Amino acid sequence: MSFRNVGIVYRKELREALRDRRTVIASVVIPLFLFPLLSVGFGALVSSIVDKTREATPKIMVIGGDDSPGVLGSLRATPKVEIVPAAPNWKDLVVEKQIPAAIEIPPGFDKSVVDQKKLEVTIYNYSGDLKSDIAAGKMDTALKAYREDVVKNRVVAQKLSVDVLEPFKVTQKNIAPPEKSGAALFFGGFIAYIVVFLCFNGGMHPAIDLTAGEKERGTMETILSSPISRAHLVFGKFLLVLTTALSTAALSVLSMGISFALVNAFHAKTIQAGSEGPALHIGVGAALSVFIMAVPLAVLFSSILLTIASFAKSYKEAQTYIMPMVFIIIIPAIAAMLPGVDLNAKLALVPVLNVSLLCKELVIGTYHWNFIAIIFTSTCAYAAVALFLAIKMFQRESVLFRS
Amino acid sequence: MRLGVVESARLGSCIPVSGWGVPLIEARNLSKRFQDKKRGEVRAVENVTFTARPGQIYGLLGANGAGKTTTLRMLATILEPTDGTAVVYGHDVIEQPEKVRSSVGFLSTATALYPRLTAQEMVEYFGRLNGLDEATLKKRLDAIFDRLDMNGFRDRRCDKLSTGMKQKTSIARTLVHDPPVMIFDEPTSGLDVMTARTIIGFIKECRDRGKTVIFSTHVMSEVEKLCDIVGIIQSGKLLTEGTLSELREKHGEQDLEEIFVKVVAPLYVEPEAK
Repeated sequence: MSFRNVGIVYRKELREALRDRRTVIASVVIPLFLFPLLSVGFGALVSSIVDKTREATPKIMVIGGDDSPGVLGSLRATPKVEIVPAAPNWKDLVVEKQIPAAIEIPPGFDKSVVDQKKLEVTIYNYSGDLKSDIAAGKMDTALKAYREDVVKNRVVAQKLSVDVLEPFKVTQKNIAPPEKSGAALFFGGFIAYIVVFLCFNGGMHPAIDLTAGEKERGTMETILSSPISRAHLVFGKFLLVLTTALSTAALSVLSMGISFALVNAFHAKTIQAGSEGPALHIGVGAALSVFIMAVPLAVLFSSILLTIASFAKSYKEAQTYIMPMVFIIIIPAIAAMLPGVDLNAKLALVPVLNVSLLCKELVIGTYHWNFIAIIFTSTCAYAAVALFLAIKMFQRESVLFRS
Repeated sequence: MRLGVVESARLGSCIPVSGWGVPLIEARNLSKRFQDKKRGEVRAVENVTFTARPGQIYGLLGANGAGKTTTLRMLATILEPTDGTAVVYGHDVIEQPEKVRSSVGFLSTATALYPRLTAQEMVEYFGRLNGLDEATLKKRLDAIFDRLDMNGFRDRRCDKLSTGMKQKTSIARTLVHDPPVMIFDEPTSGLDVMTARTIIGFIKECRDRGKTVIFSTHVMSEVEKLCDIVGIIQSGKLLTEGTLSELREKHGEQDLEEIFVKVVAPLYVEPEAK
């Protein structure tokens, strides 16, 4: 192996890549700015929409209740709700989202309460609509509070203590460390997913540009006429693709770390972090561990990308071949985010899924060294096979001169 | 007589020529077959045998699809022969392809430039790949850029160069390691007259400097202007070769085009659309 020649090719490819807008955008701009936008920006936007809806005073139509001032008064006393008389077409109005919700109070409600008869109040809403769900929720809370008062009054009337209603309390306490809570696990899976996706995405354009792109531009024959061996040439190109894939992964982890630190500092409410402390942060150790595990994965991705792209005649053809690969890569990364999917010896051998599951655990500070060893070794082995295939592909005339 | 007529390798006779130096290119029964989905096995080049010597321009004349590019690509070790071999500057194209490429400057219309490198970076890249140290590379670069009058655009990116500037940069790229053998595959195809003249001048200069030059074309006038020996190729077979006067004498025609048609017609088939 002539490292001099590999180095010459690598330096030249790096110089060209840094002058290529598409590579810079995919490898630097997207990972650096995507997360602040997604986490801080999008989180703040969602939060402000939810807050505004909660603070708004929805108009709720009440059907019936004219003979029951007790319950009606209780509903009217609910803060930030405006009770209005029902229109004849109240159902249509709910369906057309003109009003968020309606309540149907059966006739003689107050009297039936006094007579201790069983009753049913119905709340009509447009499920899935944020405004409607919040309005229905407010009504549900108000009615439950009214029901509790009724029950308490009945107990008091029987000369019993209200404590009789609650012979014992049930409490649930989360004793998992905050950084290992369910929210943190999901967060870890999300980071793994982003690292996997961006690692692949970061290497995609350079891999195509350096192979199919060269064929299309007519520089392939130029470089093949130089004395460099094809193995050295592929290795130099591979190192550049690896560099972009890794820089994308590294910048994305860095950017996520900073973004979530900002989220925790300024918008702690915007993300469901659980009530037991800030779980959404990446420690330096976790970030480094994720990066180290991303290295063999990036080698695997770079080799696969080079192998596929070098088969194509043109940039567009290479994109057509590689796009399905994006889904093949993303699906295991998404699977790793699902609750209940945890590392085991079999899954540790499944490419992409294994690194995703491991990264999820690394982010929350769990180190299963046996799995780390299996995953690192197996991913390195897959990567070596893929790199070997890339070199073989580059040595096939039928591939290099496909027409 | 400076040269003997070398009959087609197809006929199996090869008369040694004399008058120039030791041959630097010797193609020996060079053959290339490849598989095509529609056509099955395609014999792109069949038993092509010829020699080219220092200070000589060997012209490979043929129609589109005749096998010129495949032959030259095999000589430049971009493609590997399926049968036969060639020796270029003492190195076998199959056994020592990297040494062959170090001895060859290869230029074709398909050898484009890297768009995001400057003219200087482009030439430097190939100089380094050819093993030049930095001091030698700098000297070579300055000399070539002066000679080709390229200093005005040496720091301009290749995608911003005019066609003429690009051709000069390509020439500089092939010259940077001072190869003894130059291979030109239809180098003027698609170029305007002025740019084509630059290339033709450069090819002549290579010959005058004692390099061994092989040059493929389908343009008769270029052959008449440039070539010391002409080989006519069709359907992958070298049908005849000799100096222009020898070909005229042998085929009883004065006009090269008439000679070409007479030689090629029996084997000519319309090239298939790609």
